[in-house]
Amino acid sequence: MPADDLAVAAEPARLAVETRALRKVFGAFVAVDDLTIAVGEGEVFGFLGPNGAGKTTSVKMLMGLTRPTSGEARLLDRPLGNREARRRIGFLPEMFRFHDWLTGAELLDLHARLYGMTDAERRRRVPEVLHLVGMYGRRDERLRAYSKGMQQRIGLAQALLPDPKLVILDEPTSALDPIGRLDVRTIIQSLRAEGRTVFLNSHLLSEVESVCDRVAIINRGRVAATGPMRELLSRELLVELRLGRIDDDVERLIARFGSIRDVARDPLRPAIVTVEMGDEEAVARLIDALVAASVPVFGATPHHRSLEELFFEVVETTPERSEP
Amino acid sequence: MRTLLIARLTFDEAFRRKMILAVLLLSLVFLALYVFGFRLLHDDLMRYRQERLGRPDELLPYDVQASAMVLLGLYTVNFLAGIMTIFAAVGSISGEIEAGTLQSILPKPISRWEIIAGKYLGFLAMIAVYLGLMVGGVILVSRVVGHYMPPNVFRGLLLMILVSAILLALTMLGSTVFSTMANGIVVLMLYGMALTGGLVEQVGTALDNDTMVRIGVITSVVLPSDSMWRLASNVVQPEMAVNLLGPTPFGTISPPSEFAVRYAIAYCAVLVVASAVAFNRRDI
Repeated sequence: MPADDLAVAAEPARLAVETRALRKVFGAFVAVDDLTIAVGEGEVFGFLGPNGAGKTTSVKMLMGLTRPTSGEARLLDRPLGNREARRRIGFLPEMFRFHDWLTGAELLDLHARLYGMTDAERRRRVPEVLHLVGMYGRRDERLRAYSKGMQQRIGLAQALLPDPKLVILDEPTSALDPIGRLDVRTIIQSLRAEGRTVFLNSHLLSEVESVCDRVAIINRGRVAATGPMRELLSRELLVELRLGRIDDDVERLIARFGSIRDVARDPLRPAIVTVEMGDEEAVARLIDALVAASVPVFGATPHHRSLEELFFEVVETTPERSEP
Repeated sequence: MRTLLIARLTFDEAFRRKMILAVLLLSLVFLALYVFGFRLLHDDLMRYRQERLGRPDELLPYDVQASAMVLLGLYTVNFLAGIMTIFAAVGSISGEIEAGTLQSILPKPISRWEIIAGKYLGFLAMIAVYLGLMVGGVILVSRVVGHYMPPNVFRGLLLMILVSAILLALTMLGSTVFSTMANGIVVLMLYGMALTGGLVEQVGTALDNDTMVRIGVITSVVLPSDSMWRLASNVVQPEMAVNLLGPTPFGTISPPSEFAVRYAIAYCAVLVVASAVAFNRRDI
């Protein structure tokens, strides 16, 4: 994707989540130091960070469970706690405990009532979300009898009840098996396709990498890195070339397109040259140039930085948490 | 109306969790024993009266004795209702914070005061049902077995509901501030203090000891549950019984005033509002 398209995607017209210098101090502990993020409508936003980074406290502030010490936040363009906004927000808490003496269907009916849905809306929507999360067949069993994964599914169903414009999911797949995870990923993708905003708090990096458009990495109560996923990950592009010939001339040729990181020579096999390059088009031009210079090219493997690599890099370089 | 939704949820929960059923079952055991006791008293008195026929009656009039028996029954019901109130509501907020159930409720379009008000009304409805059944049971036994009908039963019932409403308001306030365990300890201590304070006041009245009476008055300002019980006990006894029995551990000869009732109702209201304020400030 060209760079200017990214700039457009990075600053969408309307924001679903917007926080400015949000801060929460518990006694002498700064849980969230300065949270400033913007999530555009229709985005799937990944909220990442190591344990204790302040992710859950941040989400709790957004959901009105915890009062910010200072700072500002708006959801769906309304101040925190606004009832109209809450009607359009679905939330799956990390600790997804519900009244376990209710059945699945009763729990959803209760939450639909809490959303202020009419009888007709509830009759239509409760079975719909039960089907969506694959729990329709178990709807008349008590929550107490559900497995952790089933409870998580009902929790997700509860968050989808009001046709939400914004869905905030706090570790939605932590209790799920691989099938459940895939289901959640599919649900998130269909939410995106319907133009809904998803705020995903997760520490499962591969999951975030596969569904999110943009991410913020939180560490020690601050935003350590934020941006569109592609842009963050494509900052560095390494290409591994397998060449039939390597000498000073070839190295000079390669150096015109990128900087050589490593050359592994082996008299019996093709040489492996690792090159850091600007973008993938440069790779194509380099290969053309090599072929034109009659250098046998056996392979070229572009290697993007993974989210995991980025995550560790960011987390390791964050400065110490500030004092209150 | 979300307050009523929470009220219903609270009421339903008490039934679904079989708490009410367990309490009702035990209360039935109590009622059965009560029938047995009342029958013994009635038969004994009748036999005694038969034996002493013609001679001057040195016994208290039957109504006074039967009234004392009703008072004992209602005292037990009042005590059971009080304990049930405290145990039902002790974790009403703290327990839900500890269990995490509020995390999915509070982000909904509902205010925290609606949750407090709803829970208060739900528990109150549950207690009113319980007291209605139990007071009804005691009165029924008195009529059928004891052939005695106490006066002002309905007013007594309302006052007994007020007793539990006071304890409920205190327990709910504690539940928004303390952990469930700490709240249980604090509320039971205060409840014990009110009971003892009421007793001290009666002893003080009997001994004509002003200090003891004052201790009773102070405890009924701190927690007016026992003073409302004493008013209830007073209204359901015939005047003759009150005068003849004098100050007892279960009743009083100097009933609290109308002002005390208004104070008790205001006490509930203030504590419920304080619960909402405390809950509003609390980080979940």
